[in-house]
Amino acid sequence: MSDTTYGNVATFDTRPDMAIPRESPLSVAYHRGSVPAPSRDGQVLLEEKPFLGHLILRGGAIVLDEALREVLGINLPGRPLGLALDESGECSVQWMSPDEWLVIVPGGEEFELENRLRSKLGEAHFAIVNVSGGQTLVELSGEKARDVLMKSVPYDVHPQNFPVGKAVSTVFAKASAILRRPAEDRWELVLRRSFADYGYRWLLDAGEEFGIGVKR
Amino acid sequence: MFYIHCPYCDEHREEEEFHPKGQAHIVRPADPENCTDEEWGDYLFFRDNPRGIHHELWVHALGCRKFFNITRNTVTYEIYETYKVGEQPSVTAERLAAKEKQSGVQVADGGWQTVGARPESLDLNASNEEERA
Repeated sequence: MSDTTYGNVATFDTRPDMAIPRESPLSVAYHRGSVPAPSRDGQVLLEEKPFLGHLILRGGAIVLDEALREVLGINLPGRPLGLALDESGECSVQWMSPDEWLVIVPGGEEFELENRLRSKLGEAHFAIVNVSGGQTLVELSGEKARDVLMKSVPYDVHPQNFPVGKAVSTVFAKASAILRRPAEDRWELVLRRSFADYGYRWLLDAGEEFGIGVKR
Repeated sequence: MFYIHCPYCDEHREEEEFHPKGQAHIVRPADPENCTDEEWGDYLFFRDNPRGIHHELWVHALGCRKFFNITRNTVTYEIYETYKVGEQPSVTAERLAAKEKQSGVQVADGGWQTVGARPESLDLNASNEEERA
């Protein structure tokens, strides 16, 4: 593993070099629960995007914005509940709280990003935490995806209140989750690993009436 | 259910997302080593339980996870304002009472303990009952 030290912070790559079988947070649910196949008349499609790189950035907005623009090419969303994506839509930065942002990048890129951010930020007052192993991203699409969410979150998901480019952390199925809307027809849920199985089963139950299908 | 405005998220959210954390603006004794037991005990254990305006500390536990203050009425459950930690309330019992006194309305005054309630509370209840009747 390529370990690096920045000042008094040592970083290490949490991804093993060797080919070790790995399981997504939903693997237990796939093995033990049901996995309804997507059907032609299904109106909701669920797809997990496992093994992405999740980084929590904390610090001052101005310093982080400068570093992030240079390293990732994305402006830090300065306004509350903002979600910024790059052109490919694969990298995103989300406002979590006034001094906290969630960066999601394709799996395997998070360690390099962390190192580049650390060397760019230098002596600034900040923190970067790799939380990739702690949460997973579940994507809902289809014309009734919003109806499934209406059954699951107390937050108002009407397009008027929830335009594209918004992301909130709220109650989902009596637990907590992050709800994001990266595109007109797609919703993303960031579930904690320990809640992923529960959230998945909840979504299957809530989506049953709309013929929910799971893409694997 | 409360519908609470989070000053950090800058929008109203359901009460489910919040946790109350008790009375706000509690000042820790500046010199704990040399304060009396009574002062320290008051700081640690004793809280106001007012009838009327109350300033409370809440946390947006399932949202941005920031602490902030709420000024609310413990009788009507009305929330007057929410403001960030470190800021001072613009609505206080004194100001509201002065304002309503000018307009000739009797209000429940905040800030007194319900334990060993003052005789005024009887008048207050009586006037409330008259209004209801």
